Amino acid sequence: MNEEKDILILAIESSCDETAAAVVRNGREVLSNIIYSQIDLHTLYGGVVPEIASRKHIEKINQVIEKALAEAGVSLQDIDAVGVTYGPGLVGALLVGVAEAKAIAYAAGKPLVGVHHIEGHIAANFIEHRELEPPFLCLVVSGGHTHLVRVRDYGQFDILGRTRDDAAGEAFDKVARAIGLGYPGGPKIDKVAKEGNPDAIQFPRAHVEDAPYDFSFSGVKSAVLNYINGCHMKGESFSQADVAASFQKAVTDVLVGNAMHAVEEFGVDKFAIAGGVAANSALRQAMARACEERGVTFYYPSPIYCTDNAAMIGVAAYYEYRNGTRHGWDLNAVPNLKLGER
Amino acid sequence: MRILALDSSGLVASAAVLEEEQTIAEYTVNYKKTHSQTLLPMVDEIARMIELDLKTLDAIAVAAGPGSFTGLRIGSATAKGLGLALDIPLVHIPTLEGLAYNMYGVSELVCPLMDARRKQVYTGIYSFKGGFSTVVEQCAIPVEELADRLNELGQAVVLLGDGVPVYRETLEERLTVPHTYAPAHMNRQRAASVGALGIAYYRQGRTETAAGHAPDYLRVSQAERERAQREKKE
Repeated sequence: MNEEKDILILAIESSCDETAAAVVRNGREVLSNIIYSQIDLHTLYGGVVPEIASRKHIEKINQVIEKALAEAGVSLQDIDAVGVTYGPGLVGALLVGVAEAKAIAYAAGKPLVGVHHIEGHIAANFIEHRELEPPFLCLVVSGGHTHLVRVRDYGQFDILGRTRDDAAGEAFDKVARAIGLGYPGGPKIDKVAKEGNPDAIQFPRAHVEDAPYDFSFSGVKSAVLNYINGCHMKGESFSQADVAASFQKAVTDVLVGNAMHAVEEFGVDKFAIAGGVAANSALRQAMARACEERGVTFYYPSPIYCTDNAAMIGVAAYYEYRNGTRHGWDLNAVPNLKLGER
Repeated sequence: MRILALDSSGLVASAAVLEEEQTIAEYTVNYKKTHSQTLLPMVDEIARMIELDLKTLDAIAVAAGPGSFTGLRIGSATAKGLGLALDIPLVHIPTLEGLAYNMYGVSELVCPLMDARRKQVYTGIYSFKGGFSTVVEQCAIPVEELADRLNELGQAVVLLGDGVPVYRETLEERLTVPHTYAPAHMNRQRAASVGALGIAYYRQGRTETAAGHAPDYLRVSQAERERAQREKKE
């Protein structure tokens, strides 16, 4: 048997409001996954405040990295490369992780591997599904992203569709705020919707003309806001649970519809979801059913790997490292980085 | 004693290595480019030129605010990452103290000022009589208020920093005390000054852990400020 040396990646993620570090072995085994969530800080403002996020990152980043190394039981000298998210995301937040990762890699004499945040989300599926290998299709849905992606090989992607306006998670946040659930909207709508009737209100399912895989969620969001305003004008109350369930159904229907259209068109037998909204229970159930009907194997990460985390960045960095990707000490944060760019 | 010093608090990006009583290398660029792309390559460049073994560094001094929020964090995150990997402490140098140290030994008061936007300057007032001392702690105030403070002190002063070209007219109108402006080779941030002060503070035991270090912005974020204003109104 060919005994290959283990490859250890120290990964750092700070693109939004989680300060995270992880150690990953051979691209599939998570030795540690430390996440410091700032969510309570931002709840006060009804959303992520970039300057506050950046300030918190710099306060916490060393502790998070030190804890990731300690929990993994490794020292910096054992690490083969340092992986870091360099886009897309909030530029000030990204810069903290990028500057920190560069300095660590430089001082420890290790290669630096910049990682695309979405590539990380997709790679989260490799952690718990050791058998999963490209090619497959993946729907990435989060507060900042809605992408339908064909994963041709490790690190090789075709973006089939993307949102034209709001990201799916953004629509969840805005609707949650409008119906008085507060931030973060995703988990709160998911919970309240369980008590509601998803067919109570018919919200629109938007399809983008000539782009069967693209999404648009501003229409459904506006429809919810109009419905609530209408109720207020008439002096009527509305059922929070019914609105949540009906809105969630409208979004889920579009996500599942476009995804399955692509599954059929490209004839794939593996489909995965990723990103914060991939933790939504209604979306998971609907996708699971749709995949089963088509004889397609459905993959999804545990909630801890759906949220922003560094383990997924470590997995993506491993495959980039294997593909020869190396970044210089002039690596910058790229807030609008395109998937597949290096 | 060997120290690496960084300053990316303003438009200048600067890195220096100091050893005991001398500067071994300094790289200073005052040109608009993101410090994220320049600072670590500058460190790498001087380290190679002086064949520096990073493991021989005793500490990292960093200009830790006030300044551009993003610039400060690039310097701080770089220092924190180096400190973590090399397992050495950081020396937190208040940006205005580092700037004032450019003028070491002058008999006048030293007043660095940085453009802080929102009609304010980041400033402080320092003296070298009987050693380096702080007359007015660094703060964010309108330039008129600074001029009044200097007039009250009634002593000759040397002014420097990127706030000078922005507010020179106001200063000229308002200042009644004798004043001069620092020349081109010492009127902006220089990592060698940060490092020299860093060595002094290090010897006084004024260090912090890389993990514990964070910049001192002298200002809360805009969101926090607006929230405080809203709460005040209510």
